[in-house]
Amino acid sequence: MRAGAARRRVQTTVIVLAAMMAVTASVLGGGLLVVSSAPFDDAFAEQNGAHLTATVNAAPGAVAASANAAGVTATAGPFPLVTVVPEAGGERTMPFTFAGRDTPDAEVDAISVVDGEWADEPGEVTLAAGEGGTSVPPGATMSFPSLPGSPVLKVVGFARSVSLTADGWVTAAQAAALAPSGTPESHQMLYRFDSAGTAAAMETATAAVAASLPADSLAGSRSWLDVRNAAERATAVYVPFLMAFGVLGLVMSVLIVGNVVAGSVGSGTRRIGVLKAIGFTPGQVVRAYVGQALIPAVAGTVLGVIIGHVLAVPILAETSDAYGTGTLGIPPWIDIAVVGGILALVAVTALAAALRAGRLRTVDALAVGRTPPTGRGQAAARVTARLPLPRAVTLGLARPFARPVRTVAMLAAIVFGAIAVTFAVGLSTSLDAILTARDHDIADVLVRPAPPELGPNGMPDGPPPSLPDDTSAITAAIEAQPGAKAHYVVHNAPAAVAGTTGTTELVAFTGDASWGGYTLLNGDWIGGPGEAVVPTGFMKTTGTAIGDTVTLTVDGERISLRVVGEIFDLKNDGMKVYTDAAGLTAPMKNSLIAVDLEPGTDPAAYAEGLSRALEPLGANAEPFREGSSDMITVLNSLTAALTLLLVAVAGLGVLNGVLLDTRERVRDIGVQKALGMTPGQTIGGVLASVTLIGVIGGVLGVPAGMALHDAVVPAMGDSTGIRLPRVALEVFDTPTAFALGLGGLVIAVAGALLPGLWAARTRTAVALRTE
Amino acid sequence: MTSPVIELRDVGRAYDEGPPALSGASLTVRAGEAVAILGPSGSGKSTLLNLIAGLDRPDSGTVTVNGTRVDRLGEAGAARYRRASVGMVFQFFNLLEDLTVADNIVLPSQLAGMGRAAARRRTAELLETLGIDRHANAYPGRLSGGQRQRVAVARALMNRPPLLLADEPTGALDRASGEDVARLLRDLNADGQTVVVVTHDLELAKACTSRTVELVDGHIVTDTAVSR
Repeated sequence: MRAGAARRRVQTTVIVLAAMMAVTASVLGGGLLVVSSAPFDDAFAEQNGAHLTATVNAAPGAVAASANAAGVTATAGPFPLVTVVPEAGGERTMPFTFAGRDTPDAEVDAISVVDGEWADEPGEVTLAAGEGGTSVPPGATMSFPSLPGSPVLKVVGFARSVSLTADGWVTAAQAAALAPSGTPESHQMLYRFDSAGTAAAMETATAAVAASLPADSLAGSRSWLDVRNAAERATAVYVPFLMAFGVLGLVMSVLIVGNVVAGSVGSGTRRIGVLKAIGFTPGQVVRAYVGQALIPAVAGTVLGVIIGHVLAVPILAETSDAYGTGTLGIPPWIDIAVVGGILALVAVTALAAALRAGRLRTVDALAVGRTPPTGRGQAAARVTARLPLPRAVTLGLARPFARPVRTVAMLAAIVFGAIAVTFAVGLSTSLDAILTARDHDIADVLVRPAPPELGPNGMPDGPPPSLPDDTSAITAAIEAQPGAKAHYVVHNAPAAVAGTTGTTELVAFTGDASWGGYTLLNGDWIGGPGEAVVPTGFMKTTGTAIGDTVTLTVDGERISLRVVGEIFDLKNDGMKVYTDAAGLTAPMKNSLIAVDLEPGTDPAAYAEGLSRALEPLGANAEPFREGSSDMITVLNSLTAALTLLLVAVAGLGVLNGVLLDTRERVRDIGVQKALGMTPGQTIGGVLASVTLIGVIGGVLGVPAGMALHDAVVPAMGDSTGIRLPRVALEVFDTPTAFALGLGGLVIAVAGALLPGLWAARTRTAVALRTE
Repeated sequence: MTSPVIELRDVGRAYDEGPPALSGASLTVRAGEAVAILGPSGSGKSTLLNLIAGLDRPDSGTVTVNGTRVDRLGEAGAARYRRASVGMVFQFFNLLEDLTVADNIVLPSQLAGMGRAAARRRTAELLETLGIDRHANAYPGRLSGGQRQRVAVARALMNRPPLLLADEPTGALDRASGEDVARLLRDLNADGQTVVVVTHDLELAKACTSRTVELVDGHIVTDTAVSR
């Protein structure tokens, strides 16, 4: 058994790699699928998390009555809710949504204090930790000088609400005291339902709650499914494509193992006869051949498990940090299931192929080589002999027809290799397109605030810099610099949206920003004041649709905007609203001016000249630089590694098939060489023997790879809660598809090259003596 | 006297650590001669044939065929040499089973790049000369041993080589077929074809050659003219 595995080094290597590939992808894919949701689910169950977090603008009694709504099994609240903007260094910072809760314990959303203590006295606040938390240090104070009585809150601790119900918690009395005068009474109510597992169930339950509240009082709501989706986002994106590679690897393993074992039985028929003649039972012969496949398969699965775990570390690190669960790892049962499953599959495949060896009659097996071969492939040889091509080539072209089963196995390996290459190229192109679509303000030159002065401690001194409130001097300088074609100014302000925690960013434009690289997914671009475009993330989190009106609070001022379009934007989890600056009165910072240049203008030279002009104005100009993404880098690297592995396995599958074929007909090759076939002609003949299957493999594999891409990439988008732009989905044009089609031929030729060289180098006299 | 086709000078060849298969062998074969290389199994007959055919290289000495130093040729050069100068007939025919008789015969000319029309004419001529024209489209598996060896001889002669090498050409044939092949070789020689036959069958040697060279343990021990 061991001797067999060692003797067939190529076949052994092929099985090791195929099993390794299948296990790596399956362990990673299966592991991430299970692990990605585990920390959230555990913590959610422990805290009795809120299925629905509702913001209701009504009196407490009316809000509390909703506990009797259909399907509600438990509630917490109503808690007074307030959105405030603390000030630091004379500057207003990001808005915080505080819930007034005297205790962290509740029937729903039992909050865990992770550092310090719960804010149970007026003047104290406990801030949210981890996901959705803040960067305010412990012991710090938060000042609200613009509120009546200029309250100051001391940060006494940090707590984690898995349901992300607030940015911080104060006592109920403190929350009431923080509410700006004149704002409507707002309360938070938390619900658990008897059925909340699906979006449809949540819609029904939410509708029942809304119906039980005073009319139009439900200002906002957030489903636990959205919270969970956001929590799983970091790892969920990897699952669809890893599953695709896992299935490819699995099918490839079965094909390779079946082909290798069947090939070993076919080429070792006489050996089987000898083994039986000296006393091996059929069972022993079958076990020997199954063992020859299982030994390398075990080695491959062990390697696959190790590599899968190593690759999982950086991907899982993000999820681990979010819940303070310590380092996450792939559960052992995943390893056991994957390893057991793949080894069982290998064993069954090998058994099916090896049974023939057991059934073979000893006398027939010993007679192999002395009996004339069957007439398979003669018709093909006759046809190819008539082709106007060199004879060495036409001899090779006929070979696939002599061994149809082996040809189909090689073809399948090439098809799967071509699928992998096509899928990988498509995925990589899609990711590049996403990266490009993700970048906004893609202009030739960007004008930003000059870098801040550094203080004595090496940190920036004072608040973050911004462009002056009046940008007319800067825009005049832009227009004065030769080469400027168009420009727009970007204004930003933190905003709060009812029913959500964290900050929504309001972005407003002065000037036409439609050329600035904002990829529109649906609807229209901003047509004028009062209109807005929002990312998919915002629409999903707030339940907004195109045509709806959203209300934002900026610096205490309410702004209502009609959503006219959906754009592609991943930043800030998509919690952004883009609108026209005209008519906005809320204070906003001027963060950026994007400049489009006339064709032929050098952006670097323009930026350098403009920077000199802008220096006295506290601004700086730089040419645009494309962004990058760690996740996309990891995805691209994983794709490249898995594709390389799959292509290597496909190439080795071809190599195995051609090697078996070459060895079987080594005497024929010897005869041809004796008749005057040169080494070059010999190699040409062997390569020609895989040309046809390489071409067919490419023709079959490329459309299948494209279909896989078209299924997996949108699934990856869905798993991260984003809708992908068309440029990221429609990535295959005709020249690309044609070039990919040649990939099958490349795999085939690469796999056949070594056997071709071996055939060319084999000494004719030795080949002629070979039986 | 005709010019020499084969000239071996002090040729030696050993495999691995064993005794030399051939040692200090010198031999000259002139154009039009028919020479039988005789000897028991392991005497070095096949080694000698392989060296002349350019299938193997000597460890020492020189092998010159038709003016070409065969011992100096690389793999590609040896292949081109075989196409042009040598036709080979094997004990077990070594026909390609997936090709028809005609396709087997035409193969050496196709490898050598002969024009299609010329190759077709030459094939037809050989099929007729060797009496196998009615089997042109048959596969070798359907032919008798003697017929197969005739196909092998036709294939060997396809490129009109100056030298025909036959390795135990009747070894796999019954008596009648063997005599038929012997007659064929004799006729070819009578038409001027230089023939070297390796055999351990003295009867065959006498039947189709005019000279016998006997090898024992890698040494040429006798070189005798045969009177028919």
